[in-house]
Amino acid sequence: MKKLLKHMRKYIFFALLCPVLMVLEVLADIYIPYLMSRIVDIGIVNQDIEYIVQLGLIMVVAALLAMVFGILSSHFGARAGYGFASGIRDEVFEKVQGFSFANLDQFSVSSLITRLTNDCNTIGQVTMMSLRMAVRAPFMMLFALIMALRINASLARVFMVAIPVTALVIVVIMIKARPLFRKMQTCVDRVNAVIQENLTGIRVVKSFNRQDFEEGKFKVRNDDLKNTALKAISLVIFMMPLLNLIIYSTIIAVLWFGGLQVTAGTMGGGELISFITYITQILMSLMMMSFFFMQFIRGSASVSRVLEVLNTESEIKEVKEPITELKDGSLAFKNVYFRYPGSKECILKDINFSIETGEVLGIIGSTGSSKSTLVQLIPRLYDVSEGSVIVGGHDVREYELKALRDQVAFVLQKNTLFSGTIRENMQWGNEEATDEEIIRALKQAQAWEFVSKYEDGLDHRVEQGGSNFSGGQKQRLTIARALLKNPKIIILDDSTSAVDMATDARIQQAFKEELKGVTTIIIAQRISSIQHADRILVMNEGKIESFGKHEELLEISPVYREIYETQQRGVMVG
Amino acid sequence: MRGPKPGPMKLRPDNPGKTLLRLFSYFKFNKFLFIAGLLAIIISSIAQIAANAMLSPIIDSLIQGRGRAIFIRYILIMVVMVIIISLAQYLGSLFMAKLSQRTVHKIREEMFSHMEKLPVSFFDRHPHGKLMSTFTNDVDMLNQALEQSASQVTISVVTVVGTFAMMLYLSPILTLVVVGMLIFMLLAVKYVGQRSAKNFRYQQAALADMNGYIEEMMSGQKVVKVFNYEERAIDKFRKKNEELRKASTLASTYGVMLMPIMGSLSFVLYALVSMLGALLVIKNRMSVGNIAAYLQYTRTISRPITQVSNQFNILFAALAGAERIFNLMDEEIEADEGDVSLVKDSEGNFYWRVPGEDGQAEMVPVRGYITFEDVNFGYTLEKQVLKKINLYAKPGQKIAFVGSTGAGKTTITNLINRFYEINEGVILYDGIDIRRIKKHDLRSTMSIVLQDVHLFEGTVADNIRYGRLDATDEEVVEAAKLANAHYFIKNLPQGYETMLTIDGQNLSQGERQLLSIARAAVANPVILILDEATSSVDTRTEKLIAEGMDKLMEGRTTFVIAHRLSTVRDANAIMVLEGGEIIERGDHDDLMEQKGHYYALNTGAIELE
Repeated sequence: MKKLLKHMRKYIFFALLCPVLMVLEVLADIYIPYLMSRIVDIGIVNQDIEYIVQLGLIMVVAALLAMVFGILSSHFGARAGYGFASGIRDEVFEKVQGFSFANLDQFSVSSLITRLTNDCNTIGQVTMMSLRMAVRAPFMMLFALIMALRINASLARVFMVAIPVTALVIVVIMIKARPLFRKMQTCVDRVNAVIQENLTGIRVVKSFNRQDFEEGKFKVRNDDLKNTALKAISLVIFMMPLLNLIIYSTIIAVLWFGGLQVTAGTMGGGELISFITYITQILMSLMMMSFFFMQFIRGSASVSRVLEVLNTESEIKEVKEPITELKDGSLAFKNVYFRYPGSKECILKDINFSIETGEVLGIIGSTGSSKSTLVQLIPRLYDVSEGSVIVGGHDVREYELKALRDQVAFVLQKNTLFSGTIRENMQWGNEEATDEEIIRALKQAQAWEFVSKYEDGLDHRVEQGGSNFSGGQKQRLTIARALLKNPKIIILDDSTSAVDMATDARIQQAFKEELKGVTTIIIAQRISSIQHADRILVMNEGKIESFGKHEELLEISPVYREIYETQQRGVMVG
Repeated sequence: MRGPKPGPMKLRPDNPGKTLLRLFSYFKFNKFLFIAGLLAIIISSIAQIAANAMLSPIIDSLIQGRGRAIFIRYILIMVVMVIIISLAQYLGSLFMAKLSQRTVHKIREEMFSHMEKLPVSFFDRHPHGKLMSTFTNDVDMLNQALEQSASQVTISVVTVVGTFAMMLYLSPILTLVVVGMLIFMLLAVKYVGQRSAKNFRYQQAALADMNGYIEEMMSGQKVVKVFNYEERAIDKFRKKNEELRKASTLASTYGVMLMPIMGSLSFVLYALVSMLGALLVIKNRMSVGNIAAYLQYTRTISRPITQVSNQFNILFAALAGAERIFNLMDEEIEADEGDVSLVKDSEGNFYWRVPGEDGQAEMVPVRGYITFEDVNFGYTLEKQVLKKINLYAKPGQKIAFVGSTGAGKTTITNLINRFYEINEGVILYDGIDIRRIKKHDLRSTMSIVLQDVHLFEGTVADNIRYGRLDATDEEVVEAAKLANAHYFIKNLPQGYETMLTIDGQNLSQGERQLLSIARAAVANPVILILDEATSSVDTRTEKLIAEGMDKLMEGRTTFVIAHRLSTVRDANAIMVLEGGEIIERGDHDDLMEQKGHYYALNTGAIELE
């Protein structure tokens, strides 16, 4: 919690002033019925018109002051609440930007989105409400109690019964209702799950004629939801009638006991009237406190979800005096073992190999052979569990992270383009890239052939996720984006799977001619994509099965030969 | 398919009257609840006014010392009133809660049932997020409005009218002051309300903008890291976040402001009434008891005004939601005017029962003969996707479609099972126009194995059985064996009883493929539609999948949407599609000899995707 409170510092003035003003508003609200009782008991009894007018005007002024205090208090509350939430949101976003891949795997994308949107909004709202209600209700109760005691201490004894009874009713209902509402939420989730499933799987449902089956499934869950909801609500609706019963019973008790005192002449009629006003105020503030309490529970759930993100330490740490420049693109793995955080099983075992700068390394192997994991260790998307990855003569952990990633370009398997123009997307690789540089990269990635056909060329729109491009086009654009970094090492993780063979061959040709000196690492499913590489790494179940050139591997590697033959058969028949 | 991004939801309905009427039609079955609920609420509000009215004679009897008998009588009346208030209030809320739960339950059921009947094209046109939000947010809002707002508004109206009548009765002069003040309050409500609504819209827009950015950056977070884009992302985010902060602060200030304003104005009224009332008492035109009651009324009359203004926002939002709900329910359902049905004879052979004009039905054996004759199709009328498609498939044959993305491969197969309706031409199934065949029966003779495997929450066995609900355990295992899925299923922690999470996320891509083949196998279809997976699975699994599919295809008419050329070689006919037309056809050897498009694809000269 302390961690979050620092975001309040900027708004501390508003956060403090809001409740102060609120107390002032409450004071005015309490003062007014008191003045009224004076009007009745002194003004009317003495037939003193001047006194009545004077007190009346004071009341109006007090009410207007209360309004000013109230408006200011709500504005300050909003400023503090939303300012606070906005500060937290900034920090969470920044925190996530600093996350390692392992951290990102731990939280799912959708859960991070909810934390940044819903949870932060809730914190803002609850903070604002807390600043106002959490102050208003207890003070209202306190002041009203004091006034009631001052008017008539013996009569105020009714509160000794009324307040505990009210509190008891509220607490009992809330405690009983909570599990019911939680159960209701589960029912809601179950209903939504069916809807979601049917939205995404509508074709399956229809092709198997399962509409009635799905409707049946939905009906059961929908009935469940209705019944559980009714159970929960039936309990909650006791609250208002019961509270009304208590308030009116108290009023009647006050009328009864107070009435005796008025007849005896020990209490004024006006005092009795204002006493009744205070009863309503006291019991209403109790109810307000219960509402606040429910809000607070909602808010604390959000706070803990946000804190979960903030308390996560990035797995990737930097050394004190990092190296900022890669000498060259040479690469070596020494006794590398890797397991995902929290997992026991090593998915990379005893990896040893090295390549010279400027060489092309091909990696092949079945899915699950940890090819992608292996290359992700190079730009430190993950850190090795044992051993070391050496780039340009130094362990990757000795470099400044930013410098390392700037000089090692990575085209991810699951790659994304962002909404904006093609140019904007290319500038991810290099903020200052000129159009000439962008076009050159697009040409190298064989993407210029389709980009140049757009009337608006580089200004062509990219929809979110690049949904307006075909798979092959997207892959070529992401390759171009990576090339713009002018890297020393470039890694292509299955990045040409949707590109046809001829284009794939042209990309490789372009790489060979124009990226001399840049170490290139290619993960591929197709042998044709890597067979001309300087070295080929064959992976099998997390281990290096063999390492060598195409011709050598055909001799020595059964795995390589099997893949080659399966793929070759197709070509031969064709 | 990714639809347009859902923009901020509309907060005002287009046609509130019509929507309201339609909503009322749901109360038809719950007339008692509706009437009894409203009645109870009205009774409790009136009783509340009456209880307050007792204050005046009670206090007067005390001050004027008119004896205990009167005092006790009024106290007793008040006790009765209090009991009525509590009881009526409880019953009113209970009835309204029941009414709203039943209504919402019925609406949800109707919506879902209607959704199941909508054509596939509907789901293409509407983003899932928006539909989901109609099911959840809009229904929730409606529930809230029915449960609370309806009774709140009723209470408010009764309270205002009743209280006003009492005030007028107690003191017409003071009531003049009250009217003046109320008008002032209404103006304040209007002024603040308008600003609040305007700022609320700004806030929604800022929120949508920021949420969109968050969604995009979080989904692409790994790319962000690879490109060192973090700082730029933070900068952009900060700007959007700051916009939102400003908008929220204003919106919320105006939203909350109404409470202190109305509270204070009602105290101003209270002050004026005490002062003027006191003067009237001195002039002997009013009693002290009357002031007490009158003061209580000034407090009760201002509260409904604030509440109603709040409730109206909810009511309008709920009506706007109800409008979206009804729009969904009004979507046209899949046409199904067929009169040809599927029948099974005692030996288990299937026939099409074709009613003739003379009332005699002809029995046509189901064999799986498909013919396309001059078929034209477009998702919209302006844009033709398929042009003059002619083809036939004899029972048991394998027909493959090859062509680039958007050439119309998938579309052709979607026409066979009538996911979409053709614009021109005719598709014949065993010589019968498919539009004459009942949709249910048509589809029950076909199975699809789709590119994106969709599995359901439930066990592995449940998911296979989805193909045929009455399949025995043995049949399920048999289908899994045929699909080459048995081996991996056996190795799952609970075998066939392993629970799958939503969409089978706990299985690998290849395993899900195998399951979907098993699911199609258990259905034992006459016609099979295979949309080959494009995603890269490892060579071994790929082999398993290919074998499974081969076994599944045996003896069935099969349409294959090919993404890899290796799988189409043994097809009886290959259709090469380009721009919605069949540009080449023939078997593999024919096409290779033609040295046309197919040849170019095979030699890698052109891109397939």
